[in-house]
Amino acid sequence: MIRQPYADERIRIDWTTVMMYIIFIVFGAMNIYSADSATEGAFLFDLDKNYGKQILWIGICLVIIILILLTDPGFFNISGFVIYGIIIFLLVAVLTTGSMVSASKSWFKIGGFKLQPSEFAKYATALALSRYLGTFGVKFEGKNRLIAFGIILLPMILTLLQNDTGSALVFACFILVFYREGLSGWWILMGVYIAFLFVLTIYFGAKFIISFLAISTVVLITVFVFRKIKKLITITLIVFAASVIMALSVDVAFAKLQAHQQNRILLILGKKVDNNGIGYNLNQSKIAIGAGQLTGSGFNKGTQTKMKMVPEQHTDFIFCTVGEEYGFIGSSALVMLYLLFLGRLVYLAERQKTAFSRVFGYCTASVFFFHFFVNVGMTMGLIPVIGIPLPFFSYGGSSLFSFTMLLFTFLKLDANRVNEMSRAF
Amino acid sequence: MNNGGSKSIVFYGVFVLVGLIYIARLFTLQIDDSVNYEKALRNGSNEITVYPDRGIIFDRNGKLIVYNDAVYDLVVIPEKVKVMDTALLCSVLKIDRNEFIARLAKASEYSRKRAEIFYKNLASDVNNQLQEMIYQFPAFYIEKKTDRKYKINGSAHILGYLSEVTPGMIKKDPYYRSGDIKGIAGMENSYEFFLRGKKGVKMIYVDKLGLEQGSMGNGMFDTAAIPGENITSSIDLSVQELGEQLLANKIGSIVALEPSTGEVLALVNSPGYDPNLLVGQIRNKNYPKLVLDPRKPLFNRALKAKYPPGSTFKTVQALIGQQEGVLTPETTYPCSRGYHMGSITVGCHAHASPLNLTQSITKSCNAYYCYTYRSIIDNPKYPSVQAGFEKWTLYLNSFGIGVQTGIDLPEESRGNVPTVKYYNKVFGENWRSSNVVSLSIGQGEMGLTPLQMANVAAIIANKGFWYTPHVVKSIGDKKYMPESFQKRHQTIVDSQYFRPVIEGMAGVCKPGGTAGGAAIPGIEICAKTGTAQNPHGEDHSIFIAFAPRINPKIAICVIVENGGFGATYAAPIATLMIEKYLNGDTGKTKKPEMLKRILNAKLIQPSIYDKDTNLNLVQPPPEILESNGVPKKVLLENKKGQRNKDNKSDHNQDALAVLTKRPEHD
Repeated sequence: MIRQPYADERIRIDWTTVMMYIIFIVFGAMNIYSADSATEGAFLFDLDKNYGKQILWIGICLVIIILILLTDPGFFNISGFVIYGIIIFLLVAVLTTGSMVSASKSWFKIGGFKLQPSEFAKYATALALSRYLGTFGVKFEGKNRLIAFGIILLPMILTLLQNDTGSALVFACFILVFYREGLSGWWILMGVYIAFLFVLTIYFGAKFIISFLAISTVVLITVFVFRKIKKLITITLIVFAASVIMALSVDVAFAKLQAHQQNRILLILGKKVDNNGIGYNLNQSKIAIGAGQLTGSGFNKGTQTKMKMVPEQHTDFIFCTVGEEYGFIGSSALVMLYLLFLGRLVYLAERQKTAFSRVFGYCTASVFFFHFFVNVGMTMGLIPVIGIPLPFFSYGGSSLFSFTMLLFTFLKLDANRVNEMSRAF
Repeated sequence: MNNGGSKSIVFYGVFVLVGLIYIARLFTLQIDDSVNYEKALRNGSNEITVYPDRGIIFDRNGKLIVYNDAVYDLVVIPEKVKVMDTALLCSVLKIDRNEFIARLAKASEYSRKRAEIFYKNLASDVNNQLQEMIYQFPAFYIEKKTDRKYKINGSAHILGYLSEVTPGMIKKDPYYRSGDIKGIAGMENSYEFFLRGKKGVKMIYVDKLGLEQGSMGNGMFDTAAIPGENITSSIDLSVQELGEQLLANKIGSIVALEPSTGEVLALVNSPGYDPNLLVGQIRNKNYPKLVLDPRKPLFNRALKAKYPPGSTFKTVQALIGQQEGVLTPETTYPCSRGYHMGSITVGCHAHASPLNLTQSITKSCNAYYCYTYRSIIDNPKYPSVQAGFEKWTLYLNSFGIGVQTGIDLPEESRGNVPTVKYYNKVFGENWRSSNVVSLSIGQGEMGLTPLQMANVAAIIANKGFWYTPHVVKSIGDKKYMPESFQKRHQTIVDSQYFRPVIEGMAGVCKPGGTAGGAAIPGIEICAKTGTAQNPHGEDHSIFIAFAPRINPKIAICVIVENGGFGATYAAPIATLMIEKYLNGDTGKTKKPEMLKRILNAKLIQPSIYDKDTNLNLVQPPPEILESNGVPKKVLLENKKGQRNKDNKSDHNQDALAVLTKRPEHD
């Protein structure tokens, strides 16, 4: 299965994306170094420190990258379901034999290191989804939709059972891929509408929302009756009825959430203020970013960072370090670079000649987008705190490996697209 | 196959939208709203107050009287304690292993990461030893603190003491923070502004565990502490100490001034108290005991006690009389053992009669001043006795009598000069000079503080002017002196009228004068005795004086409560003080017998409170005490409860040295 790559294949790797990747992991390691070391000039490869380990993980990633580039691109297509099966097995296994880390039972302990199979589940799910939707003749229609949803729901549910809600939510990002592959945009809009309704109901209360909806409906129907558009009248009434039912069930649904999840939502909405208790993390995160001002304090000079004012700064809250040490200029540049990176992935996905590669490309872009959107949004206080890493920045071996595998598998597929083309004909 | 290609536009659109929202959010967090930045500055930033060294106080000859004593504590950061030679540390500290473990456990109680005191107040030899070997004990540090020390035990009324600020003081002056130390009484209070210096600030970062993470912005936010100004007091330490010894076991007060400047050379109250008693935590224990002591050691007699000036007041009457034109040096009045007028009799002692002005001072004739005083206030140039009386009051005020002199020590009394209104109330509108004739010899309602009486002596020495008395000679390196102390106050008596009064005072300490026995050979002392009758018992012994007659250097007032005649105690005390000041430290007294008599005189018994409060009242030097004399008290004993033994004996020796050998004068 491993063969010598063609000379031109190496060249066809999208070096733009590779350069962005290198910038991300190097800049990421610098931020971990900042967040982790109180002293300047500390030994770089100190394996007792997180930055030391991160450098080790980056080294391992190089090996992973080389292995992926040496792999026959057809292998990913063929083994998609097998890898998915193995990961599903591991996800079940971790439920019975795994270790608890901060209330989540999602880790295997191997020697001194911990492995998180749910991180690799994203990769496996992407492969399986691409394999399924890339099968000749399978369109995103009818029964196929259920199977496609099943592929993402299975690891999602298993991750939820590990009590790792954040990682479980990530699997929802594959719906974006479905959208690209044929799912109507109305479904997405409906999801967004439901989410808005949920948030607004919590914020304003069910009574207010229902009254508001009722008035809007009356106004709309009046307009429609006047204009004699019967179809829209029916739809409006259905939407109104469904919305009322949803608004009324928000309290029930909200009560089903765990206490810390409820609090995180209430904090974001400003319904609850507790900067010394449950809101401490978020508040300190905003302070650290705000401390950066225009230009930031400079590398390893962030006082909030050095003082470890933000808990979990080297993992989920790593963006605070960027915000504090590189200021508005640095952090908005990073936001732009990240979105350029995502745009580049979408662009690459669109130029794929096979459905497998295209779907995999969209899976890669969707996973990164979801992580970026949620992680950066939460550190800035725009999204409730959901503990998922910022790809290539947050400390952690499992996630870095998984993200690197995703990216480079796709880059390998992209580099091979000419061959696929020839094979297809 | 690429039917969804147009949908990629939606992806790009979403990315751009998210980018815009996130960058806008970053803008509000980082640029638009500086709240977060300010919070971040406060977040974990700790303002460490750097306390400046408080200014120290010297006496007028440059001798140290108030200073900051370094105290050393051994502190430990329990977490950092590693393998080390515990036995060595134990042996240096003279503790055993168990105590070492117990102390370490106590230091770890709150946090293992924080520096806590391991051993308080290291003895000086232990400190010296430890300084050299501290590098062997990595988690241990020696921390320096300062304590305020007062070299003179009884001078609390001049120096004052320090105490932690109260919430009320913080409200008045926001410079203070809770836990700050401030001067509470005496110079420590009056010159607090100069002595305290300016606190500095060190900005450091502490992480959420409270551990120091280094200086903020490499010290760019720090401000250096500015040390307090040193103050040279006008007090002459050797004269002050002699005064304290002379007044030992007596109740009374001494105030000595330099007439040409108004500088206070000595200000003694007896009983006084040791300012060291009211420093720090022992204050709470000692203060109530001092308050309860029936001899009122906290009472600043020199500034607050109102004594009838008795015959010393005759000098003032003679001056006013001349200025008013009702008296000339040649005026004579008869005296037949007193002044008789109708039912009123003011008694007098036996002396030749009649006397002129000068003689009347020397002999202290009561009758002479009854005539004089009545002629002052009954002067026909005034429409009524009330008007005459008011004019007379104006004279007194120009002498600093009945008004505050303005001394730079807190809570000065203005004494008591009765008013027309008061007499109108007591006698009705139609009172006459005969009603108030006791005022003529400084009795009746008349009340002067010892400071005012000393000031009167200074005024006579200056022939008519005075400066506001002050205990400070110069402040700081720039020799600053408040302007109010440089302003000359002029009495409304012309200087020519002082000559006959001084002439009379010059005779007081000569054979035939009222205090002939107190004379010091070789010094021409001008003085006036006073024997103030008072309702509390035996007469008060009063003496005012200045010397030498030509170009006077010192003016003094001595009051010994219930000491009898002015000549008995007050006069010799005053002349001994004058001798000490004029001859300097080294000079031996020419009247050793008189000195011994005064030192051994006990007008009060040691109180039962002494044992409790450990008042450390100044006692005469031990070699002078008679065998059955006052019990030798160990000075400074038990001042600091926890103070190490070695340290204590050092201080005791210091204190005794002060009393036994007078320090060499430069």
